Amino acid sequence: MSGENFLFSVFAILTCVSALAVVLSQTVVRMAFWLVISLGSTAALFFLANADFVGAAQLLIYVGGTLVLLVFGVMLTASGPYMKIGTSAGETVVAGLLGLLFLFVVFACIGGVEWRKPVTGSADNIATGAVGNTLRPLGLSFLGVRPDADLANGKPPEASGYLLPFEIVSVHLLVVLIGASYLARAKRRAAPVGQ
Amino acid sequence: MAAGLNAYLLVGAVLFVCGVICMATKRNGIGVLMGVELVLNGANVNFVAFSRYTDLGLDGQIFSLFVIVLAAAEAAVALAIALNFYNNHLTIDVDRANKLKG
Repeated sequence: MSGENFLFSVFAILTCVSALAVVLSQTVVRMAFWLVISLGSTAALFFLANADFVGAAQLLIYVGGTLVLLVFGVMLTASGPYMKIGTSAGETVVAGLLGLLFLFVVFACIGGVEWRKPVTGSADNIATGAVGNTLRPLGLSFLGVRPDADLANGKPPEASGYLLPFEIVSVHLLVVLIGASYLARAKRRAAPVGQ
Repeated sequence: MAAGLNAYLLVGAVLFVCGVICMATKRNGIGVLMGVELVLNGANVNFVAFSRYTDLGLDGQIFSLFVIVLAAAEAAVALAIALNFYNNHLTIDVDRANKLKG
């Protein structure tokens, strides 16, 4: 068993088991802990798939940012340290059965589809995603230039970059953060009219 | 387990199903949010796997970056809504949110 396969097995099992533990945990603090493990090992899977920038972004934004937001939400909304809002046993059984059925359907779909031919990363098709070192191609793609698609073998550019979605997403993030701080602001009780 | 396209897709499927079950069964509002995060992560695993093992190119990684950013935005807004809900109802149980029932 090669080193890559061994590491993939370790992190894949860690990801799946901790995702399952998120579902099975009763207290929300433990759910947050298992979610950290699951997202972190997903980032390790990204590194193993040669997506170094995506893995780093996953670690920084998800594990470092979104999870901190969620933990703050847990702290600000918990009425006790180990608050439990449980589901009934019948609901749990039905959810487990439905989940197993759904998992079976998805597995059957994955096994039944003829996916596209896998490519092996070589130095010739640099920046195809199969080889690592994706930082510069990703940055250029967000600026509207595709070094792997546009600049290859002298074809005219097909304008397949992502400049406009990048701008839309950044404005969207700004609007969302302003809206979130407006929604979550501490409300002062309005003084009655006429006083 | 050999690392390949199918192995990555299986991991993504497990994450997706766990997230869906988490969204459906948790009555804690923050727990529902965590289910959404799991689902988005399953989609991200699939994007990165297709970017690595097919001739899709960098598009998969770019879309997974968009998904990560939009998930952060979604978490911020949903958390603000959850805080407002807690301030109004003094609980985070989503079954208690029945004010809009006709």
